Amino acid sequence: MSNKWLLVLGAGSDMAQAVARQFAKNGWSMHLASRNTENLEAESANLAVRFGVEARSHFFDALDLASHASFYKQLDPAPEGVVLAFGTMDGDVETVINTNFTGAANILEIIADDFETRQTGFIVGISSVAGDRGRQSNYRYGSAKAGLTAFLSGLRHRLFSSGVPVLTVKPGFTATKMTEGMDLPERLTAKPDDVGEAVFRRVKKSRGGTLYVKPVWRYIMLIIIHLPDFIFNRTKL
Amino acid sequence: MRLSGWGNYPVIDAQPLWCHDTGGLKQSLRETDGMIARGNGRSYGDSALYDRFVPMRRFDRFSGFDENTGLLVCDAGVLLSDIIESFLPRGWFLGVTPGTRLITVGGAIASDVHGKNHHVAGCFSETVAWIDLLTADGNIIRTGPDNDPDLFFATCGGMGLTGIIRQAAFYLKKVPSSVIDQAIVKTRNLEETFAAFEQNAEAPYSVAWIDCLQTGGRLGRALLMTGDFSDDGGPLVYHEKKIIDVPVNLPAFTLNSFSVRAFNALYYNMAPNGTSQKRVDVDSFFYPLDAVGNWNRIYGKRGFVQYQFILPKTSSFSGLEKILDEIARHRQGSFLAVLKLHGPENQCPLSFPLEGYSLALDFKLTPGLFSFLNRLDAVMLDHGGRTYLTKDARVNRDTFEKGYERLESFRAVRDRVDPGHVFRSLQSERLGL
Repeated sequence: MSNKWLLVLGAGSDMAQAVARQFAKNGWSMHLASRNTENLEAESANLAVRFGVEARSHFFDALDLASHASFYKQLDPAPEGVVLAFGTMDGDVETVINTNFTGAANILEIIADDFETRQTGFIVGISSVAGDRGRQSNYRYGSAKAGLTAFLSGLRHRLFSSGVPVLTVKPGFTATKMTEGMDLPERLTAKPDDVGEAVFRRVKKSRGGTLYVKPVWRYIMLIIIHLPDFIFNRTKL
Repeated sequence: MRLSGWGNYPVIDAQPLWCHDTGGLKQSLRETDGMIARGNGRSYGDSALYDRFVPMRRFDRFSGFDENTGLLVCDAGVLLSDIIESFLPRGWFLGVTPGTRLITVGGAIASDVHGKNHHVAGCFSETVAWIDLLTADGNIIRTGPDNDPDLFFATCGGMGLTGIIRQAAFYLKKVPSSVIDQAIVKTRNLEETFAAFEQNAEAPYSVAWIDCLQTGGRLGRALLMTGDFSDDGGPLVYHEKKIIDVPVNLPAFTLNSFSVRAFNALYYNMAPNGTSQKRVDVDSFFYPLDAVGNWNRIYGKRGFVQYQFILPKTSSFSGLEKILDEIARHRQGSFLAVLKLHGPENQCPLSFPLEGYSLALDFKLTPGLFSFLNRLDAVMLDHGGRTYLTKDARVNRDTFEKGYERLESFRAVRDRVDPGHVFRSLQSERLGL
């Protein structure tokens, strides 16, 4: 087993948990970070018992920008890869933008500097198809994710010469706590485990780029993006 | 949402009570006056069906393992397949496993499942050290064989009616390899089949597939499969096997008396005469059906019922002879007819096994099936038998009650911990559990 460490930011989400388990299954040790450390302790124990890897939990608050640098610096051992999975659909405009975009961009910038210096690592950012076109149902969240998508694409460009792949994940509908109770079409809905497996496969091949977990979402969004306004504005999307 | 058990019968409209942690479970309990916990939905009938149900798969964490004793502590929603995947490569296996690995730990306890080693190892409950049970009063009680044993034994096999199993601790067993040395004995009739079971009483694992469409001199012909973990230095590996998937419900005519008869004859004739040896992996030996995803769909969208009963050893032969004869004469054959010799009954009042032979059969749902099964019930009762709640969707209350002599002691425990019967299922209502 390799003794590499992965940092998972927003490790309490179902998707993050699935990604972390997939890496742990393949021998990766884990820094789990989020605001709810009680939940992380239980998950750390789970990873340790189930996969025989080391796992540690850390307090991390995406909105507390000033704490990001020291948070990242104290991680020991330093991570060989990062999965950024935090995000929220709830709250006022400020919370939604600052969590999904500003907080994400701030910590990613710190990580990118480090990986560039070390000439190693990879970055996975969980973005969203919601960022592909603003829609009345979730444009605050969508616009922040659009910002994150653009930020990740810029990082990918910047870190290419350092050999650090940057992967933007657009999961589409996924059956998680966030979507519980919504009536999602089965064929279009991924399971968190699908996300975990798809991300791990891409990282293993050292490939960045954009990952639609269910390929059909690439085409759905292609259509939505190209709908002319006079049609789009009349839809309920 | 539409909900059914593995047999796709009955189907009801039910509402999930999503919970993410113990606090969530307690809140659901405060807000609801009737619910049942549901694991991976692999019980066949209506045991895990109710208007409101708690999906337990979300509770899927391991929390401790003792390398010295093999004691594993994990959440109720952990799948047995997850345990095998993590622990078989480290030299540990489930002490007791049923014929599918796609069930949860909570389900294994609530059904007090058994496996091919029942005659030597008993049921799943016999590996359990303790259970953290959320009871109707909103408290979590840690119950075990030495800690409120009445509650513990009622919870094992209790079909989720004593509370919600939140977490449990149970022993895994050490295995020398992940390879099974398997032997198959081909028998020509029921007498030979019984003799083969008796001769192999020492085999750690044994089960027989029986050709249920034969009559007269061939009645009860079978393939008895025995085996054990190989200790000649084989590897410790595990790769989950999934070969094919049944994508949609097959049309109703796919399974008919001809295709089932042909399948049974072919399967029987493919095995060499006498005894044959083979080395196989864990999935092939314990979980052959898990290789076919959604195999329940071969019975079509009307679904099927599994009929499983057990007869005390003294009356097993005459009872099985009569029942197999009924089945063959009515051409109600089943792909899967599984015969197993069990060891003594345990202390759990609703646990299914007792010392004797059990037979499990699948029947596609057809008009007239239930009256046919009622006739089998009568023969089964005449011979002192009982049916298995986990497989059941249709048995009548009287038949059920006659089979479980210790039912009153179960009811007493349930009335003590859940006087309002908050935990209930369509099955518990149907049977007046």
